[in-house]
Amino acid sequence: MQYAVLIYESEQDFADRPSLMPAYAAYSQALAEAGYMAGGQALQPTHTATTLRLRHGERQVQDGPFPDSKEQLGGFFLIDVPDLDAALTWAARCPAAERCAVEVRPVLAMEAP
Amino acid sequence: MEERRAAELAARQSFGKLVAWLTARCGDVAAAEDAIGDAFLAALKQWPEQGVPRAPEAWLLVVARRRLIDRARRDRTLERLLPELDAAAPGMDPETSENSMEIPDERLRLLFLCAHPAIDLGLQAPLMLQTVLGLTASRIAAAFLVAPATMGQRLVRAKAKIRDAGIPFVLPGAEALPTRSAAVLQAIYAAYTTGWNGDGDDGRDRGLTQEAVLLARLCAALLPEEPEAAGLLALLLHCEARHGARRAVDGSYVPLLEQEPALWDADLIAEAEAVLTQASRAGRPGRFQLEAAIQSLHAHRAVSGTVDWSALLGLYDALMALAPSAGGRVSRIAVLAELAGPERALAELEALAAADPALREHQPWWALRAHLLQRTSQAGAAQQAYRRAIALANDQAVRAFLLKQSGADCPG
Repeated sequence: MQYAVLIYESEQDFADRPSLMPAYAAYSQALAEAGYMAGGQALQPTHTATTLRLRHGERQVQDGPFPDSKEQLGGFFLIDVPDLDAALTWAARCPAAERCAVEVRPVLAMEAP
Repeated sequence: MEERRAAELAARQSFGKLVAWLTARCGDVAAAEDAIGDAFLAALKQWPEQGVPRAPEAWLLVVARRRLIDRARRDRTLERLLPELDAAAPGMDPETSENSMEIPDERLRLLFLCAHPAIDLGLQAPLMLQTVLGLTASRIAAAFLVAPATMGQRLVRAKAKIRDAGIPFVLPGAEALPTRSAAVLQAIYAAYTTGWNGDGDDGRDRGLTQEAVLLARLCAALLPEEPEAAGLLALLLHCEARHGARRAVDGSYVPLLEQEPALWDADLIAEAEAVLTQASRAGRPGRFQLEAAIQSLHAHRAVSGTVDWSALLGLYDALMALAPSAGGRVSRIAVLAELAGPERALAELEALAAADPALREHQPWWALRAHLLQRTSQAGAAQQAYRRAIALANDQAVRAFLLKQSGADCPG
């Protein structure tokens, strides 16, 4: 089963990222070696975000992330593990778990066309 | 009435066993529970007319399996279960088989599933009552004081989460076992206390205390290596033993120390003592064993006529070191008052609230304070404290008791 491990970071966490890079690299490698890595990306800080809504065919474009809260989505890992217990075990090993928060969500399985 | 209740409790044993068996094979607790529920309904209709089949559990399982297969044909999300279900029919013939197939008891996995950390804490007990014992959402809602539709919705959502989030139907590994067992026991304890508090004086049906005891029995039997499971069972049995003594004939609240030991259920006390002794052999004390030991000391009053206050204080000290709680700290000071006098107890009570201001919203804190003030001849302050305690009480019988007490303590 595939799970997204979503990383939520505060402004400070975003700023502290460089110091965490070795930890993230080690985590990615551990996932890959275990055969659970299915993908993932880190995102730029929220000041680069633009939010768009289409209303009655009109684009409403806004500066900033959605929603505007203290912690923001900073990136994600896509992991392929047997069940939620395994997903939580790996989420707990993510460097973000100790500093900010990670959200674990199963990926919606799409049927092949 | 009692016989019907006994039959109902016996049926609850089968319910959880069958749900667990089916969940293990179809991987979807909601679908399994629906199918078993349907099978029980069918049994209610058919058995009185055609007689109880030779192997009732196999009969229920055959019907449930058929329902599930029917549903799987219509519902594409369940389709993947079909091969599993077809395979899962080991000699299930309720009419011909001498005895039913031995249905393995997988309810422990069901308990762990309901108390999984990914399930909302407040829903773990309701979920157990529904999937393990087969109680309806409206019955659970009544005990937990929520609207039936709300409880129904929450339970449906929790079961959808189990399925969609991929919460596994397995026993936790050795590393996670202690915390996971603690969660199961805590949920059962919550089911019991909800039932206890809900067991009001307004003539309503008893709360879910008996159902919670059933879960505790199950847990103690299925987790023989976990002394806290036996500790919880012993604690609940001690509480159950006092059921007939905690209300006077007129329905008014009777505090433990004023209860008539003759009204306690001696069989339940004996069982509680045996279970606790067994648990203590493991040499691993825990919160529930200590709480049971405290109740055991109180129960000993039936024999000795007195309470061993210093032993009681020792147990409270151990309990507070292991599992501190506001209620526990206040109870500990009540014991201390018997040993060191009300002045010393009042000082400690004051210090407690200074460290934890939330205690000033805690009814037992005010009730004990009122009582201690009265014992140190501070009638005016006692009266005030009683008023606060009464205002904070949320049980009609307790409120009436405090009113009476304040009148007796502070006449005029």
